[in-house]
Amino acid sequence: MSARTMFEKVWTAHEVVVETPDTPAVLYIDLHLIHEVTSPQAFAVLAQRGLPVRRPDRTLATMDHSTPTSSEQIFGNVPIRVDAAAKQVRMLEKNAADFGIELFGMRDARRGIVHVISPELGATQPGMTIVCGDSHTSTHGAFGALAFGIGSTEVGHVFATQCLLQRKPKTFAVNVEGRLGPGVTAKDLILAIIGKIGVSGGTGYVLEYRGEAIRALSMEERMTICNMSIEAGARAGMIAPDETTFAYLAGRPRAPGGTAWDESVARWRQLASDPGARFDASVDIDASALEPMITYGTNPGMVVGINAAIPVKADDPVDQKALDYMGFRGGESMLGKPVDVVFIGSCTNGRLEDLEAAARILRGRTVAKGVHLLIVPGSQRVKREAEAAGLADVFKAAGADWRESGCSMCLGMNGDTVAAGQYAVSTSNRNFEGRQGVGARTLLASPYTAAASAVFGKISDPRPLL
Amino acid sequence: MEPITQLHSTTVVMPSTNIDTDQIIPARFLTITTKLGLGKSLFADWRYLSDGRENPDFILNQPAAANSHVLVAGHNFGCGSSREHAPWALVDYGFRAVVSTAIADIFASNALKNGLLPIVVDPTTHAWLVENPGAAVSIDLAARRITLPTGTSVSFPIEAFARHCLLHGLDELGYLQSKLDAIGAYESARPA
Repeated sequence: MSARTMFEKVWTAHEVVVETPDTPAVLYIDLHLIHEVTSPQAFAVLAQRGLPVRRPDRTLATMDHSTPTSSEQIFGNVPIRVDAAAKQVRMLEKNAADFGIELFGMRDARRGIVHVISPELGATQPGMTIVCGDSHTSTHGAFGALAFGIGSTEVGHVFATQCLLQRKPKTFAVNVEGRLGPGVTAKDLILAIIGKIGVSGGTGYVLEYRGEAIRALSMEERMTICNMSIEAGARAGMIAPDETTFAYLAGRPRAPGGTAWDESVARWRQLASDPGARFDASVDIDASALEPMITYGTNPGMVVGINAAIPVKADDPVDQKALDYMGFRGGESMLGKPVDVVFIGSCTNGRLEDLEAAARILRGRTVAKGVHLLIVPGSQRVKREAEAAGLADVFKAAGADWRESGCSMCLGMNGDTVAAGQYAVSTSNRNFEGRQGVGARTLLASPYTAAASAVFGKISDPRPLL
Repeated sequence: MEPITQLHSTTVVMPSTNIDTDQIIPARFLTITTKLGLGKSLFADWRYLSDGRENPDFILNQPAAANSHVLVAGHNFGCGSSREHAPWALVDYGFRAVVSTAIADIFASNALKNGLLPIVVDPTTHAWLVENPGAAVSIDLAARRITLPTGTSVSFPIEAFARHCLLHGLDELGYLQSKLDAIGAYESARPA
């Protein structure tokens, strides 16, 4: 057999019906993650047609997008402030009960952002197909799974048949050689990759991140990389499983145990792309040349090194419109620009290592006067671990606002928003106009850069503080 | 779903590139549990001023945009979130097709399931459409062609099965359900 890519191996293993010119492939889905915002309309289709969920045992539900982050609204007797969100929460509780789906509900110790909890449970495993009604499902590709976001109609398809109709995407090798320098993180790397290939450069492809710099990353860092594949237009990004992957998964509640573990690892070792496998496209990145990155515009591809100036593109109306929205001008330095809000969290950078990074900067320092630093753990487990490790004490001593887990200010659905005109340095994934609140101006960066900018009250290179 | 074969309409032009799903329908409008009524919130942050009045400068608030069913948009339309609320909002407002030089994957997939045609054309055709807002175009789904008022007609790619479903008013779930025997056989054949 000819040399195959990891993507081709996973795809082929899940083809129930092979694609033809007239019909897409019927692709089997191993794990279906659902949440309160994109599932109600899909459950409604099942109810209308009198259909059951075919494989509730392959379906996992939680609540994250519209849920409050205040302890009183989750654990106290204070009602959820956003009425429509409360309705979505109640509807998912009812649907999960009616259709026999396991739900990590509002007060469950295992609740959190869907893309944070599935890996930490060990439910995300190499070689799987994983979908969710959320574009950041690409996160799970860090384990060598084929994982991508789908719409609500497709959520209904998976409910009813455990399958999706899919055309086979093309493959794109992202080769990252060299090693990241001190204070330069996986977030900086993925922002640099998006800056290089562009926000539509990955459209139609599955990315495979390869090379020395990728191999050296922890699982949490690999999740940060794969998470933002969609910001380059790619529905999925993948990283070959290796010893780092197996060490992360070993002993997790949903990971295989006993002899099944050894069998699984042996199978997972076969997943990496074969030597000589051909990709439809490729790009080379030198990790050692990178510095901390920060966005200056209104999409994640509008990004520069933190010590660089905003590019001058006077004849580009799109660039000009973005700069007008941000209140910036071409040629200005990013360093020293004032900051109103700092958000540390999200499925991109809301895991324990991200909070450890923030704490490294914030320990013994305080948040600048007038800056609101919001730190939202990616899951209740991350919250407990951060509290046990003393990180939460560091955050509180620095003057940060420490919350319950959820998507929170990444998209502002739950009322955690940035006010119009304010500047927010955010560890999340999208700096679109209004993403964090109407008129909000978002600057995407790493947890280090976000924490350093909170300390100084202005855009700052974190490296002198490390 | 109603079958779609032909579409004749004037165009509305939004030439910006990378119009993302947060612009099409901001996240604060996703707290619904149905698909209905999103048209009034389509492009809300561009369409309305902070006091809730219509922004007279925004294209959809101008008389020329009335009754148009074809949106001509810049490169990479629909990037970002997987929210199907984006095509729901466009369809509820009255759009039946989006024409661009590139349309984001998940958005295009969602659009096809809701009777909204994602039409990718070459840069020359697109440039003509951008320079001639309000042009009366004809879209023939069976022939996969879009015809400009100049008489120029160009073909566009569209996934064959989605096109079949749109032409006949079918939904894809019915087809998937017809494969349940094969799905059951696949499940039995693989290790637990």
